Amino acid sequence: MTKAHDIGLRMVRNAGGEPGFEVIVGGGLGRTPMIGTTVRDFLPVADLLPYVEAVLSVYNTLGRRDNKYKARIKITVHETGKAEISRMIEDRFAELRPLFGGGDQAVLADIRTAFAPPAFRDAPVAAHDAFYRADPVFRSWADTNLAAHRNAQYAIVTISLKAHGQTPGDATSDQMRIIADLAERYGHSDLRISHEQNVILPHVHKSDLPVLHAALVKAGLGTANVGLLSDIIACPGMDYCALATARSIPVAQELATHFEALKLEHDIGPLKIKISGCINACGHHHVGHIGILGLDRAGVENYQITLGGDGTETAVIGEKTGPGFAYDEIVPAIERILRAYLALRTDPGETFLQAYRRVGLGPFKTALYGEIGQKDAA
Amino acid sequence: MSILVTDTGFLPAPPADAVPLAGIAAHRGVLDLAPTDDPAALRPYLADLTLIRVAFPVFSDGRAFTIARRLRMMGYGGALHAVGPLIADQYAMARRLGFDAVEIPDDLAARQPESQWLFRADWQAHEYQARLRA
Repeated sequence: MTKAHDIGLRMVRNAGGEPGFEVIVGGGLGRTPMIGTTVRDFLPVADLLPYVEAVLSVYNTLGRRDNKYKARIKITVHETGKAEISRMIEDRFAELRPLFGGGDQAVLADIRTAFAPPAFRDAPVAAHDAFYRADPVFRSWADTNLAAHRNAQYAIVTISLKAHGQTPGDATSDQMRIIADLAERYGHSDLRISHEQNVILPHVHKSDLPVLHAALVKAGLGTANVGLLSDIIACPGMDYCALATARSIPVAQELATHFEALKLEHDIGPLKIKISGCINACGHHHVGHIGILGLDRAGVENYQITLGGDGTETAVIGEKTGPGFAYDEIVPAIERILRAYLALRTDPGETFLQAYRRVGLGPFKTALYGEIGQKDAA
Repeated sequence: MSILVTDTGFLPAPPADAVPLAGIAAHRGVLDLAPTDDPAALRPYLADLTLIRVAFPVFSDGRAFTIARRLRMMGYGGALHAVGPLIADQYAMARRLGFDAVEIPDDLAARQPESQWLFRADWQAHEYQARLRA
């Protein structure tokens, strides 16, 4: 998501192996979605504060003040142009850099001590490996919800808050207490909330995974769907939000239950569906592989689809397919898109996004609107 | 503009014999800057100016903050006033960025009396940015 923010800082290493940041400015979603512009390929860590101050200082000088919808860094970068804004930022940075005498680095060193890695345990994992081979329910969860840890005896666990048919991202107070207890017992007391609206236990020893998984299943938290179709980001939508123009949560719930009933989501594979209930784009639909934007068309909910969005380092704003769909048409429309994908992918290893990049919007438009409808839509 | 807010409270703002940036060649020590003015244009005059007044059209227009900081970075050592409807909560930030005082209109002084400005006269306390720049 670093390319869709006012200022994005992507951690990179330079040719010499030193850590630093790629600095991206002027990204953003909302009513004017834009992918940010890289103004520095490599910024040494020690230059971070003066550089960010230079960006904000230039924006403060140039930023639009006549229209609040245009008072954003993305508008300033777009109107000023990459070459000129980069030059201004570098000039301002050259003025500001000498004012930083190292105090920031001392503070950073202090902060770093608070983020020391936990005391990793050294214990056998053979029992875990045997359990993984023997228990298909555990294996299915482990294959979707775990990520590799730098310590081979450990795993990074994502607890899915996307049980099929539930409100995406919601946990009850009882579930939150259970998650906190599990993090204390098995996760070195570390627990994080992801922007994907799930909970992450960043350090779990593999020998603890079977018992952790059993506890999660018992609490209704064992859903094995991380990164799949039903792992949907949805904004609160009209059910809870005064700005919304359409509902988001029921659309997410129906998509999840619909494809669960069809038993298709594991076959479809990695897929990010993101749903926003208004143009402000809190659900980040522009960078969903499939984005759904709920609008109000003369008092009736209407859902516009975008395809091919990507919020990672290969960021792209999704393309609009054409006319939107009514509330009761949106789930069948998504099914037509995904049936088209299953039919045209080269092999099961080609993800939806890869297939979309290969074939473009055309086949999906045909699947959505038919041959004649495509002409109307164009 | 008739009240000058300082660390010790309200004073009547003295009349200023100021020129705008366009008339700087004929200045008599005092300059008025608009938020759109580029401080770099003042470089040849900085040593001769005794007071620079930078306008805030509204409290939410922060361009004058950047101008103040740049003037101080350029080495300007004279008096620097923020002129306009700043609110008391911004006093500490104005001081930290290099302003010496804030000139506010009478009606604002009535709405935000002296005590509210004195409340932020301790602007050097908790100045975290200065700590980071040390």
